[in-house]
Amino acid sequence: MTVTTLEFRQAAAAAIADPRLQGALEGATGKFRSARSAALAELPDADALRDHFKALRSATLARLAEHLETFERNAAAAGAQVHWAADGAAACRIVTEIARQHGVALAAKSKSMVSEEIHLNQALAAAGVEPVETDLGEWIIQLAGDPPYHIVAPAIHKTRQQVAELFSELTGESLPADDIPRLTAVARRLLREKFLAAGLGISGGNLLVAETGSVVLVTNEGNGRMVTSLPPVHVAVVGIEKVAPTWDDAAAWLALLARSATGQPLSIYTTAITGPARLGDPDGPAEVHVILLDNGRSALLGGTFEEALQCIRCSACLNICPVYREAGGHAYGSPYSGPIGAVITPLLFGLEEYAGLPHASTLCGACLDVCPARIDLPRLLLALRAEEVRRGLLPASERLAERAVAWGMAHQRLYQLGAEVGRLAAKPFTHDGYTDLPPRLNPAQERRLPGLAPRSFREIWRSGELDETWPTPFDSRPPPC
Amino acid sequence: MTPTTPRVALFVTCVVDQALPEVGVATVRLLRRAGYQVDFPQGQTCCGQPFFNSGFRAEARTLARRMIELFEPYETVVAPGGSCTAMVRVEFPHLFEDEPAWRARAEALAAKTYELSEFLVQVAGWQPEASATGLRVTYHDSCHMKRLLHLGQEPRRLLAAAGAQVVEMEESDRCCGFGGLFSIRMPEVSNAMTAEKLRQAEASGAPLLVTCDPGCLTQMRGLVGEGVRVEHLAVVLEEMGDG
Ligand code: SF4
Repeated sequence: MTVTTLEFRQAAAAAIADPRLQGALEGATGKFRSARSAALAELPDADALRDHFKALRSATLARLAEHLETFERNAAAAGAQVHWAADGAAACRIVTEIARQHGVALAAKSKSMVSEEIHLNQALAAAGVEPVETDLGEWIIQLAGDPPYHIVAPAIHKTRQQVAELFSELTGESLPADDIPRLTAVARRLLREKFLAAGLGISGGNLLVAETGSVVLVTNEGNGRMVTSLPPVHVAVVGIEKVAPTWDDAAAWLALLARSATGQPLSIYTTAITGPARLGDPDGPAEVHVILLDNGRSALLGGTFEEALQCIRCSACLNICPVYREAGGHAYGSPYSGPIGAVITPLLFGLEEYAGLPHASTLCGACLDVCPARIDLPRLLLALRAEEVRRGLLPASERLAERAVAWGMAHQRLYQLGAEVGRLAAKPFTHDGYTDLPPRLNPAQERRLPGLAPRSFREIWRSGELDETWPTPFDSRPPPC
Repeated sequence: MTPTTPRVALFVTCVVDQALPEVGVATVRLLRRAGYQVDFPQGQTCCGQPFFNSGFRAEARTLARRMIELFEPYETVVAPGGSCTAMVRVEFPHLFEDEPAWRARAEALAAKTYELSEFLVQVAGWQPEASATGLRVTYHDSCHMKRLLHLGQEPRRLLAAAGAQVVEMEESDRCCGFGGLFSIRMPEVSNAMTAEKLRQAEASGAPLLVTCDPGCLTQMRGLVGEGVRVEHLAVVLEEMGDG
């Protein structure tokens, strides 16, 4: 997979040209935005909590190895088996191997972005295990064969009509799009069968708590609880950055996560899983495995981009981003979209391959306004752009142009000369303050480009016209040329 | 004027210099009305933001050094552009993180550089006389001015003092879609963002959309329809003052 600037543009243009999709995007992100503001306003001091959380996340990452070892020790003491996976392929191998050992034919999954990141479903299918997504949104995109459109709400691009068609195809019944209870009932019936038949439950983990070795899941549908308690074996695949040293730290995390994501004080279900079922527990799996996934994360520690690992995947930055809100989620070519996707995707999967993403931003900074961990995403995007220049990833034509213009700008006479030449060249196309190039040549497409003024400000200044109202001495120092 | 008249150096910005000179003229007039004598260091070109934003740090540093030297002799620098001011104030010091001597000089420039409305309100303590037009205007909070310089009340106060009625649009701080080179790198997305901005501005019912940023100004003008005028704060204040 690659996402060049051109590929991003093309996918975004398709989304922009689809009014239904635009409506769905604005509807969903708008709801999340206002719910988030209301939920944060309810906190006694949301800003202080975010500051605290930022400090907590950076302190945790500074001693990540230690916290992960504590987690491993405590999870093992509680009876869980902890595995370390250096990359996605290793994590997939561990999961398929567990499935093989237990003779699993069907795996029930709760929503997990990490599993999207490592293409776990494909790996399971290749190993002869049928993966079934049980989060409604994830199930819909699984049936449609789509990647997720949004980190928290993966199917926001699907209409009711499309969902009814997918479900009708699956059941052989003709299900009307306006009968939501009936659609939900179908999902419930079919998924329940899967839960009961599944030999393996697979989840992600919103966070790990080191002091007790617990995996915490934050969900709204209850499917997460079924996935982690009905099948005899549960595997959680979690990125190594998602660790909270203590339950106090987890409390700050949870206070911000659902509020920032959906505007809920807490999600409907917050589940902590500490090892397998104990003697006398009414339910729960006999075996619990936790796979700690690196996949490019540890390489970011201690460097410019470590801050990106503070992310808790709440999606607040997507919901506010004016680029995401137009371009939609698929343009990013990654399970992680929006501002955090534009940062983390090239970092995890390769800047060469995703060279277009750092440019999919105006650096407006709206994301930083809402990020619960106050991740300076614009600064990280700038650093990625600088990294592209350093590695020579930009087209030679652009490198040449940027350097030539910068050189000209560094010499006042060249700057003026350049402007005069531009003025002459653009003259036939300049009207009332605009440069109207022939449409095919206009890089701004239907937007009219500004025209160079007939006389520059400095010319007016030098002409002395501005002196009439006030005699101002010209700057007498020679220009540093 | 007496020799004690305070002086400011104008950093007019390259876009205003070449494409929007009327903004520069209005800025000079406003500063004089506020009681300042204006110098215009002729060597000035560009603050380097376009290169910085594209990742060309070395080129940005060259232009930053040039600007630091050029404005070093002046006590105060004023620019009619939020984003260029933010470049000097916020990014110049960052650019020289590994060069302490230049960093100190960058910080000195940052400390004496102001965006126009900020200077007029916070430093000069000036406000225009009300011309009582009741003109309805809506104000676009440009991104860097609002989020990096934390300025937004200053232009609104000046407009209100001049007698305008400031009506707020739905998301006044929603990006206009410019983003420098972004606007031609990704024209489809950029234009869709601008169209949405303009839709919100039009929905406010104000016939005049005011901004403090030359970049946002040219971007929004590029797609604005009949019936709404997009103008720089300095020009609006000057016109109201003349009227
Ligand atoms: S970067 Fe911040 S706002 Fe965006 S998903 Fe991560 S935590 Fe949430």
